[in-house]
Amino acid sequence: MIRILLIVGLVLGAVSLAAAADPVEIKLGYLHASERKETISLLDLPSADNGLAGARLGIEDNNTTGKFLNQHFELLEERLSKNDDPGAAALDLAQKGIAFVLADLPADALLKAADAGRARGLLLFNVGATDERLREQDCRADVIHVAPTRSMLADGLAQYLAWKQWRRWLLVVGSHESDKLFADALRRAAGRFGAKIVQERVFEDTGGARRTDSGIVQIQRQIPVFTQQAPAYDVLVAADESEVFAAYLPYRTWDARPVAGSAGLVPTSWDASHDQWGAVQLQNRFIKSFSRRMTALDMQAWSAVRMVGESASRAPAGDAKAMEAFIKGPDFALAAFKGRKLTLRDWNLQLRQPILLADGRTIVSVSPQEGFLHPVTELDTLGYDRPETKCRLQ
Amino acid sequence: MPTPVTSTRSIVRGLPLAAVLWLLPLTHAVAFTAYVSNEKGNTVTVIDTDKMAAVKTIKVGQRPRGIELTKDGAFVLVAVGDDDTIQMIDTKTGEIAGTLPSGPDPELFAFDPSGKILYVANENDNTVTIIDLEQRTRVGDVQVGVEPEGMGLSPDGKILVNTSETTNMAHFIDTATRQIVANVLVDSRPRFAEFKRDGSELWVSAEVGGTLSVIDPEKHQVTKKIRFEVAGLRQEAIQPVGIAITKDGKTGFVALGPANRVAVVDGASHEVKKYLLVGQRVWHMAFTPDEKYLLTTNGVSNDVSVIDVAALKVVKTIQVGELPWGITISRQ
Repeated sequence: MIRILLIVGLVLGAVSLAAAADPVEIKLGYLHASERKETISLLDLPSADNGLAGARLGIEDNNTTGKFLNQHFELLEERLSKNDDPGAAALDLAQKGIAFVLADLPADALLKAADAGRARGLLLFNVGATDERLREQDCRADVIHVAPTRSMLADGLAQYLAWKQWRRWLLVVGSHESDKLFADALRRAAGRFGAKIVQERVFEDTGGARRTDSGIVQIQRQIPVFTQQAPAYDVLVAADESEVFAAYLPYRTWDARPVAGSAGLVPTSWDASHDQWGAVQLQNRFIKSFSRRMTALDMQAWSAVRMVGESASRAPAGDAKAMEAFIKGPDFALAAFKGRKLTLRDWNLQLRQPILLADGRTIVSVSPQEGFLHPVTELDTLGYDRPETKCRLQ
Repeated sequence: MPTPVTSTRSIVRGLPLAAVLWLLPLTHAVAFTAYVSNEKGNTVTVIDTDKMAAVKTIKVGQRPRGIELTKDGAFVLVAVGDDDTIQMIDTKTGEIAGTLPSGPDPELFAFDPSGKILYVANENDNTVTIIDLEQRTRVGDVQVGVEPEGMGLSPDGKILVNTSETTNMAHFIDTATRQIVANVLVDSRPRFAEFKRDGSELWVSAEVGGTLSVIDPEKHQVTKKIRFEVAGLRQEAIQPVGIAITKDGKTGFVALGPANRVAVVDGASHEVKKYLLVGQRVWHMAFTPDEKYLLTTNGVSNDVSVIDVAALKVVKTIQVGELPWGITISRQ
């Protein structure tokens, strides 16, 4: 097991109110896998500290606040190799006195970590996995979901496409499992918001490298052929989480049509170009500390650390159970630069959040769109709502 | 009552009677000058409060937000955050006459009672910068919480309150020692801090929390949390930002952002008495010096609403530049 113990360097500045007593220590764990994601665009290649850097910035922000409350936050990173047991890693973090663990893990590994940590009172924050099942049939009372679900992302996109009246979709789906799951969410969204999928096509992953010296010549010919002879459509919607083909679609389709989904107009929890509602302050802090731009995973990790920070401000900070109860309670709200407070769905512990629609250069829109109403909160027009849930928290 | 000025009369002449009657209350105001910072337009709109119309537009730096008049009325200071400075507009000429070393990304600021010292919230480096206005130099800074924003000075000038948006606190700073003497936790994303004139209460708005905390400035405790409810609006749309309290402390006004309303709060009982419908995403407000009118900046609808303070009615809307943000009103 590659194990890196990381103590985020913190220099407590001289502050008038720094009490004589030792500060309350609050330790968080960061559990992630060491697999590297392939991307089509060189610009999207994740850095080694993707996500982790967001958590570190959250720790720094919590410690700035902690100076005034005599609290000190620390982050311990644990990186799993392929054959490592996530359950053992969770127990190891609990052994080190950690009660809150951020997990950027695939669904099965996340559940193993949650089930192992439960006996030790660990509270997990799922910052990476978008799988519906983690919030539905496989939900857990000890897992809080900060990452949005595929259905929330798909609904956020579908509402905007409905607003644009681009109602006829050509759906192109990749051949990997995760692509199919995203396609399921897109089909559901089309049904909910009045879009029609005029045809579906599958883009088979036949292997091959994403980076070649003259691949562009072939792609320019392949994509028009692949997208020709489609029924009349307004927008091509792509489900390609595996990044095999979607980024090749814009400007290369047979018909001159916009692309959305996994490329073109992309629904996301965060984008480096987001600058509304004070977000530019967070973007600037992040760039200053890490010399790169902030990704959606970084934001999800930052949000999770801030959730713990909020509970430490407002509940007895040394008491992990009281902090957990505050996070799950009715008074919890997180400010996360999205124009409204983020709260938890109490039926499955999913963080409610607006969905940004990014084109890679700017934020085109933010869903929920005006006019999509809900009796409790418009944020619950995104994703599975209370009456539909299969989750029984325990 | 002062006689209406000639220019107004000539406007009134020829209008139908109903329109004349509607204009009447406005014609009796003493002419003041309002300055509105337009965040996206990179301009300051100048409003004549007698005509209740925009009379001039001044080009300023990138992203003007916080805007205040110097105590002597000689300059309007405007924080141009993306240029990392504060520009000084000469009120006589309407020209930019200089800049102040504000520190990075200045947003809101406050003067000490003498008008010689300026306190600036710098969002980007968690500090409050202290500037000597005569020397135009930076004389110190205070480390505060994450994303400092709101700035309120106690009437005696002894305590400066700064709110930090991600730390969610009101920091009480002793202006003599420049040390923090107390921190009061409020709800999420505190945006603005305003003392009553008699110093008996401090009001702090929480934009994301949706509340207004009334704080005892002596005990450093929240004594009351005011919540807002507007029929037909979701709770998330209610986002309190700007606060204005009448000199007698009897009436407070709270701008509710995307709720497009200004709440009228009783200064004694802290009950919400009324909600006034204004333009879209209302953020900051300023009284005319005679307190007859309260002007609000409505960012999304690019206008300023004029509230008749005695009648508690919105009496006029004035088109200004793009995304109006802050406002200050001069006696001249």
